[in-house]
Amino acid sequence: MAASLSTEGLQQEFDRLVADDQRIEPRDWMPDDYRKTLVRQIAQHAHSEIIGMQPEGNWITRAPSLRRKAILMAKVQDEAGHGLYLYCAAETLGVDRGELIDLLHSGRQKYSSIFNYPTLTWADVGAIGWLVDGAAITNQIPLCRCSYGPYARAMVRVCKEESFHQRQGYELLYALTHGTDAQRAMAQDAVNRWWWPSLMMFGPPDTESTHTAQSMAWRIKRFSNDELRQRFVDMTVPQAEVLGVTLPDPVLRWNEDRRHYDFGECDWDELRRVVSGEGPCNRQRMEHHIAAHDEGAWVREAAAAYAAKHAAVDAAA
Amino acid sequence: MTEAREPLWEVFVRSKRGLSHNHVGSLHAPDAEMALRNARDVFTRRMEGVSIWVVPSAAITASSPEERDPFFEPAADKVYRHPTFYDIPKEVKQL
Ligand SMILES: [Fe+2]
Ligand SMILES: [Fe+2]
Repeated sequence: MAASLSTEGLQQEFDRLVADDQRIEPRDWMPDDYRKTLVRQIAQHAHSEIIGMQPEGNWITRAPSLRRKAILMAKVQDEAGHGLYLYCAAETLGVDRGELIDLLHSGRQKYSSIFNYPTLTWADVGAIGWLVDGAAITNQIPLCRCSYGPYARAMVRVCKEESFHQRQGYELLYALTHGTDAQRAMAQDAVNRWWWPSLMMFGPPDTESTHTAQSMAWRIKRFSNDELRQRFVDMTVPQAEVLGVTLPDPVLRWNEDRRHYDFGECDWDELRRVVSGEGPCNRQRMEHHIAAHDEGAWVREAAAAYAAKHAAVDAAA
Repeated sequence: MTEAREPLWEVFVRSKRGLSHNHVGSLHAPDAEMALRNARDVFTRRMEGVSIWVVPSAAITASSPEERDPFFEPAADKVYRHPTFYDIPKEVKQL
């Protein structure tokens, strides 16, 4: 029973579903560029979750208490889970996870620039949870309504898990800002270093963002980079006040007319540098991932050999 | 480096007794036993389930999306299968 619909008819059906706020599912017809855009975005998102384990993983052995260590391990493990949900969502579009990892290793696919910054002190773990996971949540909540079903469903699971990430970071920083002078200074220093890179997580300004208009038409994206950045700033400033830290932006202030905070311009040259591979930790992150992947090969080979042997035994029985 | 691709498994989780297993996602694993263990770690880290099924994705037969309309058409014109199709005298208080 071959479908007799022309490409035009298929395109119309696709447009209707999107306009109707319905979800596109893996076996539906979709425009090639829609598929390509999703593969690129979901793969980059998956890579970010996995590479994002490194900066925090760096502190697991040095967490100051058993409680903090258990929390940090659970968080880093969640990020691994997020990566897996997302690789599986990408695979529903007809790509293979191994292929995506090769593209990451060869630098042809990217991950979020934020993970190319180093975690210098324990307070960085708090700043990442509060600011980096906070920015990620701001990005991810609208993605729960993304037009592509498997991506939207993965985001629902991810968002449920993220809120603990942000809260543990905030609690960690709160303990430091209510501790000794040295601890307060450490917290402030971490916030100073993570604030601007966190704002850059929303991507380039709308005037320079090449994919936004099309992604919004396809309802992959619901809000522009600048809208989400503003939302994040508005949410975060009052939290910083309760925490007792300042945000490193001299022009940050409430604008009564706009009913939003005004804030300064990100250093977009820095973002370009970090994205193009010249951030402080790009090389280290990639080398670590490649090494972990290669060193784990024997485990995958052993598991495959075991599975093959037992399949043969079962077939013979 | 080319590695043999591990088969894909669909994961179904029963969230509590009395409810059916629901599809929650998929994962790769070399065999069923590993698929179950991975599914536990990936999908039930917060007590989301009391029972897990894993099914090889290749074993699923699905209706094709292109056939959607003709395939489901037999149900479309049978409104009398719904209780709201029937007129019941007002005097009947409960039915
Ligand atoms: Fe995550
Ligand atoms: Fe997170």
